[in-house]
Amino acid sequence: MDVLDLSRWQFGITTVYHFLFVPLTIGLSVLVASLQTAWHRTGKTQYLRLTHFWGKLFLINFAMGVVTGIVQEFQFGMNWSAYSRFVGDVFGAPLAMEGLIAFFMESTFLGLWIFGWDRLPRRAHLAAIWLASIGTVISAYFILAANSWMQHPVGYRLNPVSGRAELTDIVAVLTNSTTLVTFPHVIFGAFATAGAFMAGISVWQIARDRDAAIFRTSARLAMSVSLVAALGVAVSGHVQAQIMTEQQPMKMAAAEALWEDETSAGFSLFAIGDVENGRNSVNVQVPNGLSLLATNSLDGAVEGINDVQKRYEAAYGPGDYKPVVGIAYWSFRLMIGFGALAALLALAGLWLTRRGRFPGGPWFTRIALLGIGLPFLANSLGWIFTEMGRQPWTVFGVMRTAAAVSPGADVPSVALTLVGFTLVYAVLAAVEIRLLAKFVRLGPDHESGPEPAPAAAALSY
Amino acid sequence: MELTTIWFILIAVLWTGYFVLEGFDFGVGVLLPYVSRDEADRKLVVASIGPVWDGNEVWLLVAGGATFAAFPEWYATLFSGFYLPLFLILLALIARGIALEYRNKSDSTQGWDRTFFWGSLAPAFLWGVAFANIVRGVPLDADHEFTGNLLTLLNPYALLGGLTTLALFTFHGALFLALRTDGELRQTSARIGRQAGLAAFLAGGLFLLLTQLHDPKPATWATALVAAAGIAAALALIGRRDGWAFTANTVAVIAITATLFGGLWPDVMPALDPANSLTVANASSTPYTLGVMTWVAAIFTPVVLAYQAWTYWVFRRRLTAPQDQSPVREGS
Repeated sequence: MDVLDLSRWQFGITTVYHFLFVPLTIGLSVLVASLQTAWHRTGKTQYLRLTHFWGKLFLINFAMGVVTGIVQEFQFGMNWSAYSRFVGDVFGAPLAMEGLIAFFMESTFLGLWIFGWDRLPRRAHLAAIWLASIGTVISAYFILAANSWMQHPVGYRLNPVSGRAELTDIVAVLTNSTTLVTFPHVIFGAFATAGAFMAGISVWQIARDRDAAIFRTSARLAMSVSLVAALGVAVSGHVQAQIMTEQQPMKMAAAEALWEDETSAGFSLFAIGDVENGRNSVNVQVPNGLSLLATNSLDGAVEGINDVQKRYEAAYGPGDYKPVVGIAYWSFRLMIGFGALAALLALAGLWLTRRGRFPGGPWFTRIALLGIGLPFLANSLGWIFTEMGRQPWTVFGVMRTAAAVSPGADVPSVALTLVGFTLVYAVLAAVEIRLLAKFVRLGPDHESGPEPAPAAAALSY
Repeated sequence: MELTTIWFILIAVLWTGYFVLEGFDFGVGVLLPYVSRDEADRKLVVASIGPVWDGNEVWLLVAGGATFAAFPEWYATLFSGFYLPLFLILLALIARGIALEYRNKSDSTQGWDRTFFWGSLAPAFLWGVAFANIVRGVPLDADHEFTGNLLTLLNPYALLGGLTTLALFTFHGALFLALRTDGELRQTSARIGRQAGLAAFLAGGLFLLLTQLHDPKPATWATALVAAAGIAAALALIGRRDGWAFTANTVAVIAITATLFGGLWPDVMPALDPANSLTVANASSTPYTLGVMTWVAAIFTPVVLAYQAWTYWVFRRRLTAPQDQSPVREGS
């Protein structure tokens, strides 16, 4: 492997890993803030106990998101210095805004929330968790604005002298159509993630009959949130795919394994591609499905890989403009599949637990616990699709990934950091899961260290 | 004032904020095994920075992001050139953050405390190494790519810079602990703090002297003298007037950072061959980007400073170990 491959693996591993924690942080922070609000409004202790229980799991997860996020801020410069030089003028702005506007807010107010149970007036303490949650959402917006610029660069010009991208319109960058549709998709995805997490653990608690009453509340809340979020993910994802068909036709053609331009294109359910010859050997389709999804019309024209390749050659010169079709196709399908399965589980869960019911037998708990993994898989596959589907570009139509890597980087150094980050992250994953499991098992009202503890609030600094 | 000047100063301010604030966090981590007698002490030491360390670390992230936006060439050269030291710093910060957050949630704290110690010591040392190299200059080619290797960065002057920040931050942490705790812990912190302060004075004095002899400027002579005076004053006041001692060393940290950035100006990364140096002019973004970012900074920086200051106000009281079984409480 050369420096480029190693750097791509490192970016992929560290970023997908970081994004395991991010959606859970975003979704759970809002759910915890909502539970605390419910306590604030009603004064019922069940809401306070739920706030503490879920708050603790939220903090364990949040810490991982924070520390893995540090790497994200620096690795553009470390491994992608040519990219950083080329786009810094445009791409650096949303990143710096994220730090100044969002990071400070979420970490400062979260510190106040964790340690402020007995130091702040109740209203101010409630405001602290809301401000921290809002910070995480704002943070997502700026990062998605930066990423969307790589998918669909706007508001810039190429300086012919320096050969670099220069910002000409910050409003255009921050209101990029790609950002506006990606943001709700990611935020709904975050709620689906937090919903599945909360639902799975709540069901497990009910099944072992530990504080079943309060966990019924969080189970029903979580399943409802999951269901609504799944609908939001589907609608925003549909709009996003239509925009992508227009902005990055190659990515969507690869996602559908559609080789030639077609009108009345079918939606592929299962295909085995023959990439060499640019066709599918097997393809099971829903007739006219793709045309309908992509263009809102049964006989709409959709571009195919081979034809887009010819068009790109004419526009950008000779070269291979195809992403790895198999990865684009399957990551896209599996993302949708896992997401849809999570939605079905939430719906089934709501039905099975209606009006105080709870299915006996271990199968329900087992499925609910396994269901926690579904949104995480869907999130990861979504990012793998959108980033790998953009290849060979790092900034679509403007800069190729091969030209973005640090020219001074050497194989031993990058290999060392790739292995180093991966090992440390693997250890941390084991530690985090063990810790989460421990606190799930301990249940609510368990006290430890200087964390929020209602019973001994006066003593818990 | 030119926008590039404003952004050079702003980035210097962000690093200063980072060193002042995370400086004492690092110091607390380095001192943890030396000042605490038992688990109750250790809990208290960790709790002293518990509410604020994460917010303090954001100063680094914003410094990184601001450098990316305002001086992309600086960001690209610095972080790709200092690849391995930065990797070590990142690993240390990751391990340290997790140790801080997970120690009180785990059954065994020993491993986490060791992680916290090394995760604090390594960056406290390595930031000094990095900044010494930035100020002294490194080999860069005409495309501003770093052409040295790890050993280029580990020269005696840079190692002295590392010792300086390590001793200075340890002293800063001791002053912070003396300010935030009481009783025996406060006395021990002051006692160990004196040694760290003396080391900071000697290493820092020599480091700043060498820096000045290399590139003497009247303004940085002044800031270097303020730094020395600040450490000396903190040494004189430690254990008696905790608030003033901490303030004096805060002034010293500010003055040292100002000396380094003052020495750097108008370069941002001098090259051994001056023709290849990165300067505020050739490393910067366009005036439009700098203008946009100036507005953002002008609006949000005061807000951030206000709520961070409020956090310190909320957690201003000294921590004491209570008589009952509960771990830590805030005294009045």
